[in-house]
Amino acid sequence: MPGAIHAEGLVKTFGDVRALDGVDLDVPEGTVLGLLGPNGAGKTTAVRCLTTLLRPDSGRAVVAGVDVLRHPDAVRRSIGLSGQFAAVDEYLTGRENLQMVGQLYQMRAKAAKARAAELLEQFHLADAADRPAKTYSGGMRRRLDLAAALVVSPPVMFMDEPTTGLDPRNRQQLWEVIQQLVAGGTTLLLTTQYLEEADHLAHDIAVVDHGRVIAQGTSDQLKARTGGERVEVVVHEREHIGTAAEVLRVFGKGDTTVEEHTRKLTVPVTGGAKLLAEVIRELDARGIEIDDVGLRRPTLDDVFLSLTGHVAETAGRDETSDAETSDKEAVK
Amino acid sequence: MSAVTPTVPTAAPAGSAVGRSVRDSLIVAKRNLIRMTRIPEMVIFGLIQPIMFVVLFTYVFGGSMKIGASTSATDYKNFLMAGIFAQTVTFATAGSGAGIADDMHKGLVDRFRSLPMARGAVLTGRTLADLVQTALTLLVLAVVALLVGWRVGTDGSTNAGKVVAAFGLVLLLGYAFTWIGALIGLSVRTPEAATSGGLVWLFPVTFLSNAFVDTGNMTPWLRHIAEWNPFSATVQAARVLFANPGRSTSEAWPMQHPVWASLAYSVLIIAIFRTLAVRKYRSATA
Repeated sequence: MPGAIHAEGLVKTFGDVRALDGVDLDVPEGTVLGLLGPNGAGKTTAVRCLTTLLRPDSGRAVVAGVDVLRHPDAVRRSIGLSGQFAAVDEYLTGRENLQMVGQLYQMRAKAAKARAAELLEQFHLADAADRPAKTYSGGMRRRLDLAAALVVSPPVMFMDEPTTGLDPRNRQQLWEVIQQLVAGGTTLLLTTQYLEEADHLAHDIAVVDHGRVIAQGTSDQLKARTGGERVEVVVHEREHIGTAAEVLRVFGKGDTTVEEHTRKLTVPVTGGAKLLAEVIRELDARGIEIDDVGLRRPTLDDVFLSLTGHVAETAGRDETSDAETSDKEAVK
Repeated sequence: MSAVTPTVPTAAPAGSAVGRSVRDSLIVAKRNLIRMTRIPEMVIFGLIQPIMFVVLFTYVFGGSMKIGASTSATDYKNFLMAGIFAQTVTFATAGSGAGIADDMHKGLVDRFRSLPMARGAVLTGRTLADLVQTALTLLVLAVVALLVGWRVGTDGSTNAGKVVAAFGLVLLLGYAFTWIGALIGLSVRTPEAATSGGLVWLFPVTFLSNAFVDTGNMTPWLRHIAEWNPFSATVQAARVLFANPGRSTSEAWPMQHPVWASLAYSVLIIAIFRTLAVRKYRSATA
C-alpha cells in the first residue's frame, strides 16, 4: 500500500537544468521523511511538485490518497505547507493572517476566527495576535507560518527548511512542535540542510543530489553504509606521525588518512572500544605522546559528503555545474 | 508548547464554483484593503502625483495650448480634466503589478497557491482592492479639479447621471488596465521591475492620445493612432458626458461613438488580459 506521500519518477526540467531527474519517494502514514541535500539538489522542486505548486514534466505522485496531477485541488485540502517559500502577510496581524488562511481553506468566517484564536494560544502568539506580523521576531514569524499551515489540521504536512535562520532555542521549540504533530499522526515531509535536524526528527532520510535520490534509509542505516567506526589519534609531536601511522596500519581495516598540520591520523576499524584500548596501549608502549584519541562513529555529515562526493565522480556530472544553482534560481 | 492534534481534513467546499470564486476574491480584496490602511504612505503618494499633474498642466501648459479654435486657459482646463482622470487610473496600475510581484517575491503567492481556493481569486481580489483605492483617488482628484476651476457643462449640457457615468467609464478603464499591470507583475522577478515595467508602456499610451492635446493638431498618421487608441475613447467619452470642450470631431468610429467604444475596449482588455494573467498565475513560480 502506498504511503501518505508517494512519488514515482518525478522529472522536472528548467531549460537545460534537470532539477528533478526521476525522484521516487514513499512516506508511510504517520512518519517523517527528511529530504536532505545541498542547495540546488532538487529538494525544493520536489516539494513544489508534491504540493501542486509546480507541474512535473513526467512521473506520478499521490498525496493523502489523491493523485496530485489529476486532482490538485483535492490535494490542497489535505496538505499544509510551511517553510521558506510559504509566507505570511507581514502587514496583517497574526490573527488576520490565520483567519484569512482559514477562510481560504473554505472554513466559515466564524469557524476560521475560532480556529485562529486557538492556534495563537497554542503557538504562544496570543499576546502578539493583534500586532502586524512585521513586528514579530524571526521565531515568532516561523511559528505563525507553521500555525498557518496547521489551520485545518491537515493529515499531510510539508515543511521546507523550517528552521533555517533560527537561533538554537527557537529551533528546539519548533522541533518540539513538529514532534508533537507527528505523535498526533501527521505525515511529514521535511527538507533540511541540517543533518542534525534530519537525524533528530526524521524516521527515514532520503539524500538528494542532482535531482535524484541517491540514498535512503534510517539514519543508522545510512551511517552503516558509509562505513563503520574509525579511530582518530592526535599525536603531540609531529615526528611521531610516522610511527603512529605504523601502529594504526596494524590495527586498522583500511587506509590511514593523515592531516599533517593538525597531527591527526584516522583509520577505519572494527572492534570498538576493546580495539581502541589496544591501540592506546601500543602507542604508549612505543612512547608516543598523544593529545587526543577516540573512537568516532560517522555522522550524517560524513554520510552526506561521501555519498554526494561519490555521485559527482562516477556519474560524470562535473559539467552540469548549473545544477548547483539554487532551486529558486532554477525555477525562475 | 501544547499538543497539536491533527483531526479532520476539511470538507469539500460548499456552494457553486462561481460563489466560491466571488467569496475567495472578496477575502483577498479585504486583505489588500487592510494592507492599504497599514501602509497609508502608499495611498498618499498615489494621490500626490495626479494632483501635481492637475496643477502643473493647468497652470504651466494652460496658457499656451490651442483647443479647437480656442487658446483660452479656461477652455484648456476644462478640456484637460477628463484626460488627467483617465491618466490617473491607468498610472495606478503600476502599483497593482508591483504589489503582485511583491507577493510572489515574498512567497505569499505560493501560500495562496497551496490553498484550496478559487484560482483567479488572488488576482481578482487584488484588482478589486485596487479599484477601491483608485475610486478614492479619483474622488479626491475631482475635488482638486473643482478647486482649480474645472466645471462640467461648459460646452453643452449634462446632468448628474452623465457625470457619474463618465467616472464609471474612467474607473472601468482603470480596472481593465489593472489586469495588464497584473500580467506585468506576474512576469517580472522583482517589485522594482514591476513598477518601472508597469509605468513605461503607459507614457506612450496616455500621451499618444487626446488626453492633453487636441488630436486635430497632430500629423495625420499620429492622429490616426491617437484616435484609435483605447485610452482616447474613454477620454472622449468622459468629455462628451461632462460636456467639456475640445471633443474630437474626427470621423474615426471610436471618436464618433466614444461611450460604446470605451465600454467595448475595456471589456475586451479585461477578457484578454484576465485570461492571460490567470493562466500566468497558475504556473507562477517565484
